[in-house]
Amino acid sequence: MGPPFLRLIRRRLLGALPSLVAVVVVTFLLTRALPGDPAAYFAGPAATPQAIEQVRKQLGLDRSLPVQFGAYLVALAHGDFGKSLTTGQNVGDDILARLPASIELTLCGLILALVVAIPLGVAAATRPGSWIDHSARMVSTAGVSLPVFFTGLLLVYVFYYLLGWAPAPLGRLDLFSTAPPTVTGLLLVDCLIAGDFETFRAAAAQLALPSITLGLFSVAPLARMTRASMLGVLSSDFVRTARASGLSTYTILVTYALRNALLPVVTTLGMVFSFLLGANVLVEKVFAWPGIGSYAIEALIASDYAPVQGFILTMAVMYVGLNLAIDLLYGLIDPRVRIEA
Amino acid sequence: MSATTRHIRYVLAENPVTGLAFAGFALLIILALIGPDIVPFDPLASATDDALHPPTWMHPFGTDHLGRDIFSRVVVATRIDMQISIAAVALSFVFGSTLGLIGGWYGGPIDRAVGRLVDTIMAFPLFVLAMGIVAALGNSVANIVYATAIINLPFYARMARTETSARREAGFVEAARLSGNDDGRILMFHLFPNILPPMMVQISLNLGYAILNAAGLSFIGLGVRPPTPEWGIMVAEGANYIVSGEWWVALFPGTVLMLAVFCFNLLGDGLRDIVDPRRRT
Repeated sequence: MGPPFLRLIRRRLLGALPSLVAVVVVTFLLTRALPGDPAAYFAGPAATPQAIEQVRKQLGLDRSLPVQFGAYLVALAHGDFGKSLTTGQNVGDDILARLPASIELTLCGLILALVVAIPLGVAAATRPGSWIDHSARMVSTAGVSLPVFFTGLLLVYVFYYLLGWAPAPLGRLDLFSTAPPTVTGLLLVDCLIAGDFETFRAAAAQLALPSITLGLFSVAPLARMTRASMLGVLSSDFVRTARASGLSTYTILVTYALRNALLPVVTTLGMVFSFLLGANVLVEKVFAWPGIGSYAIEALIASDYAPVQGFILTMAVMYVGLNLAIDLLYGLIDPRVRIEA
Repeated sequence: MSATTRHIRYVLAENPVTGLAFAGFALLIILALIGPDIVPFDPLASATDDALHPPTWMHPFGTDHLGRDIFSRVVVATRIDMQISIAAVALSFVFGSTLGLIGGWYGGPIDRAVGRLVDTIMAFPLFVLAMGIVAALGNSVANIVYATAIINLPFYARMARTETSARREAGFVEAARLSGNDDGRILMFHLFPNILPPMMVQISLNLGYAILNAAGLSFIGLGVRPPTPEWGIMVAEGANYIVSGEWWVALFPGTVLMLAVFCFNLLGDGLRDIVDPRRRT
């Protein structure tokens, strides 16, 4: 990892800046477009006109839009996302407390999807036209058509109600387990750190259905892309040369073909994450998962806008960060990108 | 013209699933048009003594917690779900392709401005942006349509831009200019019809996504409100009963929603076979 790679990192970081600025501006504008008068809203239903006026001054809503935007940026820089009306807490603290639950769920879903999708795509590409190819295509088309909230419910019905294999879809941990001391916030990791395998099992059981739901949803685009790019790579000259040199099938498939075929798959990850973060909200609602998605839904229903705004900003910033990470990963696995930089 | 018909017949014979998708699409349109007139029960009429009844001959999809006939509600819901998705896709198609055409044609600062707008939308996870827009504009069906239109806009804008800038120097454009057409006429009557076929494929795939998006938003309580029959809300209502074994309340609306999306996706794949010249034989 020489200086060229550092230069690549710097350039990509600069490239992500416009997206970040756009995200902050749009989130700011969305809050200003809120229906009704925010001052009247924050002052409460019984407020007198004088009280509303005072709240307006307090919130800085009487100043011009650019000044307000400046104040908003300063607040953000201090990690101040405003106060939630329903919980009375700082939105920043609420989101920070709930974020690990969402991250754990999303990561498990993604890992599950990758573990299924890449072998499936490779198998389909090595035997085009076979039954495995056809079933992979069926799974892909069906997968993109599935409403996540509906698949989640179906899984709950089959695995909780009918078979009794899964615990009740009520959050991250059942009532009988005690949570391990928080270190990372990711329950599975915390359990391992505490050496509490009983709770680890309970947490994994709770996590199973929601992450399968998320995984099913993202298998489709990933498998499709793996198949398409494997097909392209397998018919290329260097694979033919490798075959002619008598290398083993495994070496040809994994070392030669898959490594090259993974590049377009990594690019698709950006789009997959866009869907995954959105689907996360729905899955959290189905499984009463205490992440930031269900937090935003509760706030939306109660017309409590500060949490919604904090949620959108967090999600968007995470998405920009993920895209940046994907870009860097691309540079890491494709030496050509590094050399160009 | 007859060559096109022959080609369509060839594609349908080659891939019977496309024919099935067309039939499903036609059925959805028919249900959206006349659904409310042919259902056996009033979708809003409750009968509390008949609540949560499993499927019978009288109620083929069973009844919900208020004793309403789920079959009638599922059929009636077709109209609003199709209305939302078609309106949203039409809006994003018109505005997206206009922006893309103009950007691809003029290039320079206009193109960069369009690109910036598209990048800004794409910087958000799309469903999350839709939630934010509905929260900001207010919780109504019209705003669901606008939100869905905005998040789909980039796909049309990007596609129209690429296709336009690829054809900017094409012979037929040059010919149109030499015969005295101004920019507007060339864009409208010469370039636009040429980029239409790939856009049609996008529209079909997008309709499925638009329905999913709208149903997802109403599942979390945005947009369409109860007691209006809508697939997403009906699944949300059924969600409370699935843990106690009343599966039919969520299963039927969810399955119909899934089939509708599946149908649009297959239709998109089929249309791609029809319009993609590389597959034309």
